[in-house]
Amino acid sequence: MDALLLQILNGLDKGSAYALIALGLTLIFGTLGVVNFAHGALFMIGAFCSVTLNKILNLSTVTLDATQKDFLGNPLKVKTPYVESWFGEAAGQSIIDWSVPLAIIFAIPVMLAIGVIMERGLIKHFYKRPHADQILVTFGLAIVLQEVVKAFFGANPIQTPAPDALDGVMDLGGAIGLQLSYPVWRITYFFFAMAVIGGVFAFLRFTTFGMVVRAGMADRETVGLLGINIDKKFTIMFGIAAAVAGLAGVMYTPINPPNYHWGMDFLVLSFVVVVVGGMGSLPGAVLAGFLLGILESFASTTWATTTIPGINQIIIYLVAIIILLVRPRGLMGRAGVMEE
Amino acid sequence: MLNLNQRDTGTFLFVIIITVLAPFVMNPFPTESAMAQFNAGYPDLMQRFVIFGIFAIGFNILFGLTGYLSFGHAAFLGVGSYAAVWMFKLLSYNIIPALVLSVIIAGIFSLFIGFLCLRRSGIYFSILTLAFAQMSFAIAYSVLSNPKFNLTNGETGLQVYADDIQLFKVENLTTPHLFGVKMNSTYELTLGAWDFQFNVGYYVSAVVMILMFYVSIRIFRSPFGLMLRAVKTNQTRLNYTGLNTRPYTLAAFVISGMYAGLAGGLLASMDPLAGAERMQWTASGEVVLMTILGGAGTLLGPVLGAGFIKYFENILSKINDNVLHAWFQYLPEWLENSLVWVLHWFTGKGWHLTLGLLFMIIVIFLPGGLLDGANRIREAIRGRKAKKNAKTPAE
Repeated sequence: MDALLLQILNGLDKGSAYALIALGLTLIFGTLGVVNFAHGALFMIGAFCSVTLNKILNLSTVTLDATQKDFLGNPLKVKTPYVESWFGEAAGQSIIDWSVPLAIIFAIPVMLAIGVIMERGLIKHFYKRPHADQILVTFGLAIVLQEVVKAFFGANPIQTPAPDALDGVMDLGGAIGLQLSYPVWRITYFFFAMAVIGGVFAFLRFTTFGMVVRAGMADRETVGLLGINIDKKFTIMFGIAAAVAGLAGVMYTPINPPNYHWGMDFLVLSFVVVVVGGMGSLPGAVLAGFLLGILESFASTTWATTTIPGINQIIIYLVAIIILLVRPRGLMGRAGVMEE
Repeated sequence: MLNLNQRDTGTFLFVIIITVLAPFVMNPFPTESAMAQFNAGYPDLMQRFVIFGIFAIGFNILFGLTGYLSFGHAAFLGVGSYAAVWMFKLLSYNIIPALVLSVIIAGIFSLFIGFLCLRRSGIYFSILTLAFAQMSFAIAYSVLSNPKFNLTNGETGLQVYADDIQLFKVENLTTPHLFGVKMNSTYELTLGAWDFQFNVGYYVSAVVMILMFYVSIRIFRSPFGLMLRAVKTNQTRLNYTGLNTRPYTLAAFVISGMYAGLAGGLLASMDPLAGAERMQWTASGEVVLMTILGGAGTLLGPVLGAGFIKYFENILSKINDNVLHAWFQYLPEWLENSLVWVLHWFTGKGWHLTLGLLFMIIVIFLPGGLLDGANRIREAIRGRKAKKNAKTPAE
């Protein structure tokens, strides 16, 4: 029982990441009808927003302290981050400590801007081109973004720690009498993902803007004929999708140190998630994200890997292939959307 | 000639002449000169030109004719390589059984994958092939390399060891060969300041490529090829006429899979080592790029694209900061440094960035590829001339 629950919990954090990326992909596909192979790169850029903020906050002045010696006998170099000298030591340190959550605030405008620029500058010209061209140009863009990040940050993973308060392990099972210890940050990530997903759904469901966007997803032409500038709204949706992917990346950094090929790694999987959930279905993308995440975590148990070696590496693809062949429109896809 | 029309005969002869004379054509600069690093006339690179040429020709039969964009063709290349190395391990270093088996295995594998994937079209097809390729990669990388059943040797890569069976082992032939002629033997010819290298492996691959190019011309000009083009133009309409297109697309898929397997077998024949990274989806992306860059749906395009990409991959990744400094040393220092600083991002280790940019530029501005670009330029020149001619009588 504990083991079962633990595997489900283990799947949640990866599942949250899949769900968030797939949500953005589906938003873009549903609104603009574009297959965006660069979406994984947006996730990666989000992660590096967090790295960048961490580096900026750690910019420091170096002073020589003659009273202390380092191991060579020279005066010790004391680094004082600027934030500490500006806000006082305690406040400065806690700002640095909370750099990952703070990066959310930093990443939202950055990702929105990147998304809007990408849509206006590149994707816009590909609406009327075949899907193959869209795939190819965004694939090229993904390579470029990945290489640019590599040029700036190097090829090695960069550690970005979670705040001390959220770092560590907590016992979840105490209340129901089970032994379940689980990293706090992963739980935080799960709730964060739920909040973002809830936010996106609420935005689409309860605002006028969201209503127009949903109408546009259903029938773009008619909405355009009603005198609404649907292109502008869709551009903003592209920005929002980019921001969702970016936020997923920002918060994922303490779980796994980011490196430049994250984008490609997550992209293939999140495409599979989108297809399993049903192209164009937002709830489907979220559901499939969590399902596949949990499935992957079950396949990584020792029992599974000793029965079928390497099953954890291929389970997602296997499920995707079966689902596509048995139920071509995916778990929650509507009939007629991109079926042929 | 050979049942080809005049234009195709011309193209075919052009390819033959270029491949046969490649050791001269690719080696225009004297060995000792500063430009020698732009030479491509050494065996390793020339082999890759023709082998990836075969790969791209095959991919073009699927993508160029039917419009089905497969993102998983590297899987067939990898399977072909593994099959070839297994033949080396079991029989002998002779490449004929290795090539035959790699084509057969890749054909069966692509029949299976094609049968499943071709039930869908459009982007679903792309994603399905991508998923299959990633799965094959994972299988080759970890699943089939466990100690109980080691088929691929995982991260190390499959290679021939001294204690392998090798039923028809021939003593002192310890590298791949064709009935005793070793693939890695090279004849060097020195003419003045130039060194030309004639490599057996290259010429074997080149002969195979020429044959495969001929097959592809025949497919392009056959009723079967016409049917594939019809699928690309309007599959729905074809279905409405009561025609089942799937056998045709499946045949195209299998043919291109076999081309990929052959290329994989040849790669293993040049260097008897097969690794899983050959199957990764970036490798699939590369063959897509080759085909698009040259011109999808044209005969010559994929070969040109393959040569272009492999050449730049090789040359650009060799140019490091020292080379750049040596180039610009005649300029004023500030200009030299700033030029080197700019180019630094695009050469050496950064050549992937150039590749990505190239990819985008080609897709955005020249979706027809290099050949289409050449045609447009030719047409523009001819158009101007035609206008001139048209104007003169009016005056």
